[in-house]
Amino acid sequence: MSSVILQGTTRLLVALILLFSVYMLMRGHNLPGGGFIAGLIASAAFVLYALAWSLQEARAALRVSPVKLAAIGALLSLASAVPGLLKGFPPFTGLWLFIGGGEGDKGIPISTVLLFDVGIYLAVLGAVLALFFTIEVD
Amino acid sequence: MGWLLALPFLLPIATGLFALGARRKPRRARAISLLGCIGLFIVVVIIFVRVVDEGTIAAQMGNWPAPFGITLVADRLSAVMLLLAGLVGLVVAIFAQADVDLRREVLGFQGFYQLLLAGVCGSFVTGDLFNLYVWFEVMLIASFALLILGGERAQLDGGIKYVALNLVSTLFMLMAIGMVYGLTGTLNLAALHVALAEVDQPAALHMLAVLLIVAFGIKAALFPLYFWLPASYHVPPVAVTAVFAGLLTKVGVYALIRTFTLIFPADFSFAHDLLLIAALLTMLSGVIGAASQYEFRKILAFHIISQIGFLVLGLALFSPLALAGSIFYMVHNIVAKTNLLLISGTARRMTGSFNLAEIGGLYRVSPVLAAVFFIAAFSLAGFPPLSGFWAKLMLVTASLEQAAYWVAAVALITGALTLFSMSKIWSEAFWKPHPTGEVRSLTSLTVSERIQRMLPTVLLVAITLGLGLFPQPLIQFCETAARELLDPAGYVATVLPSRGG
Repeated sequence: MSSVILQGTTRLLVALILLFSVYMLMRGHNLPGGGFIAGLIASAAFVLYALAWSLQEARAALRVSPVKLAAIGALLSLASAVPGLLKGFPPFTGLWLFIGGGEGDKGIPISTVLLFDVGIYLAVLGAVLALFFTIEVD
Repeated sequence: MGWLLALPFLLPIATGLFALGARRKPRRARAISLLGCIGLFIVVVIIFVRVVDEGTIAAQMGNWPAPFGITLVADRLSAVMLLLAGLVGLVVAIFAQADVDLRREVLGFQGFYQLLLAGVCGSFVTGDLFNLYVWFEVMLIASFALLILGGERAQLDGGIKYVALNLVSTLFMLMAIGMVYGLTGTLNLAALHVALAEVDQPAALHMLAVLLIVAFGIKAALFPLYFWLPASYHVPPVAVTAVFAGLLTKVGVYALIRTFTLIFPADFSFAHDLLLIAALLTMLSGVIGAASQYEFRKILAFHIISQIGFLVLGLALFSPLALAGSIFYMVHNIVAKTNLLLISGTARRMTGSFNLAEIGGLYRVSPVLAAVFFIAAFSLAGFPPLSGFWAKLMLVTASLEQAAYWVAAVALITGALTLFSMSKIWSEAFWKPHPTGEVRSLTSLTVSERIQRMLPTVLLVAITLGLGLFPQPLIQFCETAARELLDPAGYVATVLPSRGG
């Protein structure tokens, strides 16, 4: 399928969808959102790209193999449990590191929860794309 | 503590990821997977020992206090189920080294195998209804992948039936969870024990019970919801069937026992009557189904169903002895059934087929295999002094205590028919000569394959024999576990210390 209209709008939309997925990922800590839904949204961007251009182009745009991406994501999520282990807390206890804090300002919070969510994001993105790429090959 | 209880699922997930990463080098993937299984077995043994020493242990994930976070709990029932999962995981992993071909290894067999173990262990250790649902999903994904891995036509056919019915089960479970949350506002099992007792809506409770019985009944293969099992269990490699038979349906039974002892009130006779009828019909229909089959693995698949009936029977009778009988039966059945399926795989390797009409002569060429089959099969049929005898004795005694004579009668008839099927396999596969004479002996296999095939079998047979000859420690353990189940105050106090039970 090669439609100029679809291809033209896809260029724009893919960037927007990916940006939105990152927004959902970050927002998920306190509000509806999070790694799972953000990963689904991001995979929608690649699916759209594959439909407008081709499967090969979408694979090339992803750069790494989706299965590898899923495995890396799952390992990241598991790794987020490790700081808790070192500090003697139960698994997956949320721990925060504040960067650049000062008077009345806590700074940028970096947490194991975020690491977990990023891992889920990559795992879902990789798993969904692995399924999609496999089904689409005929 | 938290880490100890989380390891039964964290370890297989990590192992699975590394095995998946190494899947293009099958030998390395196998080694990683086997190491992971050994590690898992060590972890579950440690948990078992601690639970026996200290009683119920609990941990709160992420340091969120119950009932807000996800609780992990191991009481005696959970501990023994974890121990069995670790054991089956390990022996089948050894057997799979000989049984699963390299093509399936490259497609990621070991990764999915570990994911399945993670789902099973997670179900046994969780103390949260929604988390239980998540582990069921993990199991469903992993088991579906294992069923269809390799992509043969029969596999896809069986896989579709399997996944369709299991999705229905999952849907029912999700509806039940929604109802529970609407009624009580919590999904923590211990908190539900307190909260559901205060719900004064019999209609809602009955509805909930039916939803959960249907959901877990499909997973456990209860009558009349078991049709997916004989349609799918004979299609994958036999190592996969063995781990499914040993663990998957038992998770459904475990979930039934857990919910109907912990969250529902003990005098809930509506659910117990329903379970009793389902259990009796499951026992009979499974064993009659098996009698009409003429293929090694299909006979065993139907017997899985029949034995699920026995497991649920103990829950339905709802007395200390009956529940203890159920747990004893669970231990006996997982060991014997997994072993029989492994033996069927080796028998096929020797004779070339699962079809009883086309094989034979195994007794003459490999008496060792015949001996282990004999012990496992007659234990399944309930012959003294093997483990199945004590399990059936406990359940039959429990039913006689309640003057439920027809229940005892059905159990005995089922035992007799089981014996019929096992004798059929014995006389066809082992006793009669092979129709074309093309039967191999164990000594014709390479040394490593012989060890991979026979070590798990001999180990499991030794456990069956040990349980049969020295049943007392396990019976005592099961009785303590049953008392814990019937009086959940200790469980609730461990999970929710602030309520003081």
